[in-house]
Amino acid sequence: MKPFEYVRPSTLQEAIELVATNPKAQFIAGGTNLIDLMKHNIAAPGKLVDINHLPLKKIEKRDGFLRIGALVLNSEVASHKRVLASHPLLVQALNAGASGQLRNMATVGGNLLQRTRCPYFYDRAFPCNKRIPGSGCGALGGINRMHAIFGVPEKPDPRSCIAVHPSDLSVALSALEATVWVQGPHGERQIPMNDFHRLPNNRPEQDTTLANGELITAVEIPDAVFPKHVHYLKVRDRASYAFALVSVAAALDIDQNRIKTVRLAMGGVAHKPWRLFEAEKLLTGQTVSETIFRQAAEVAMQGARAFEHNAYKLKVAPNAIVQALKLAASLS
Amino acid sequence: MTDDKPDDPTPPDDGTFFEQSDRRLFLKQSLAVASLTLSPFPFLKTAEPDSDEAPVGNAEKVSFTLSVNGKKLRLSTDPRTTLLDLLREQLGLTGTKKGCDFGQCGACTVHVDGQRVLACLSFAVMQNGRKITTIEGLAKGDRLHPMQEAFIKHDGFQCGYCTPGQLMSAVSCLREGRANSEADIQEYMSGNLCRCGAYPNIVKAILDVKTGGQNA
Repeated sequence: MKPFEYVRPSTLQEAIELVATNPKAQFIAGGTNLIDLMKHNIAAPGKLVDINHLPLKKIEKRDGFLRIGALVLNSEVASHKRVLASHPLLVQALNAGASGQLRNMATVGGNLLQRTRCPYFYDRAFPCNKRIPGSGCGALGGINRMHAIFGVPEKPDPRSCIAVHPSDLSVALSALEATVWVQGPHGERQIPMNDFHRLPNNRPEQDTTLANGELITAVEIPDAVFPKHVHYLKVRDRASYAFALVSVAAALDIDQNRIKTVRLAMGGVAHKPWRLFEAEKLLTGQTVSETIFRQAAEVAMQGARAFEHNAYKLKVAPNAIVQALKLAASLS
Repeated sequence: MTDDKPDDPTPPDDGTFFEQSDRRLFLKQSLAVASLTLSPFPFLKTAEPDSDEAPVGNAEKVSFTLSVNGKKLRLSTDPRTTLLDLLREQLGLTGTKKGCDFGQCGACTVHVDGQRVLACLSFAVMQNGRKITTIEGLAKGDRLHPMQEAFIKHDGFQCGYCTPGQLMSAVSCLREGRANSEADIQEYMSGNLCRCGAYPNIVKAILDVKTGGQNA
């Protein structure tokens, strides 16, 4: 690991300035991903700005929103009474991610900012456009069973990236239409969850739309209309403690067996949490049934394309969508 | 090399080693540092870990305080040192194991302020002012922790390498209220891998402590 200077600023402004004015400086919160990357020599910050003592640790009820501070731990969110009562989807997604130990370390902001677990990103013997822009993509002609089926170029693009975003929390936040609050050298702004992560295009090194020096301060979730009919389904290689092959966040507002509102998002299928807008449109106003769920899943899969080893996702994903919807609607 | 003494238990004489918890040595060294820096009462400050006091130093050495198994320590280390390496290499607490060193196996699980975390994915300086409990701090003297007793009773290990991490995680799992059923334990202990496959016995041991109403 390369040597670095460790600093612990006492104010938000100071922390932002330290990173905004020094291209080699990086924020560190829980560190569960950054330290991993530093050990692999993939991240090599010259200065680590420890933000763990900044006052971003509250879960607060605001008018029409629940505001979760960026430094609240994943385990704290998952066991918070108000979150349990109003956003069970969030709790399910959090508990499906990582392990008890990691959830006690990882923060909400850090969870959103974790990098892909594509093995070619981690293995410095291979080219990777996300690690070294323009070097090529090891996954394109390599073992790509974990990789994306949505938001990937029609023709193999040597500058692009087919990695997926690994966060479960982000998938649930996408379905719940959360807003990410960020503070930067030029002030505060809000980014809708769906615009926070980006598709790779020709800049796969850029995971998010955050600008240099910007820091996540909180995530706001609109008051739930989905406290009851929700389900986070995660398909993975082992029963627990593994990244998603495919995951589905489903939230339904059902009135007398009719779907008033529905939100669907998928993980493990794209460079960002993948909202299923077309499927949502199809389901809205319909009567709950497996047939309509199956139709929605078919619509959701339009535009998906597989690589050599991940064609199974084209079958697993629609089945996961149907299953998540059935479990959310308590339809067995 | 003839002067290479890997088994020499003598701590390095660089003012960083307080595992012996010799209070007189501690004060002596604090005073020595005080006379060098001319700050008014540093030994009074350093005797009490204070989370409001930021660690100080540069890219080579950072000074900070930790409480490890009830002992308050003033330490100084390269900021790259993980909590795991600090415990094992500087403090000689080798009960906490290094398995993968990348947060995938759980062998390095310790408690920080009573919560289970992975010591390998944490820089030691970032734990400034916190209370660390390792496997060495679990038993009360010669009296084993109920979880340790249960692991012995149910044969919850073979080679034993993952066991310290399993135990620290199991104690936490119980405290978190996540040990209510076999399925619950399997899910919430999934961050601790056991290559020997002692899982069924580990689950039995945890359930035994849970149903036995023993304090974790």
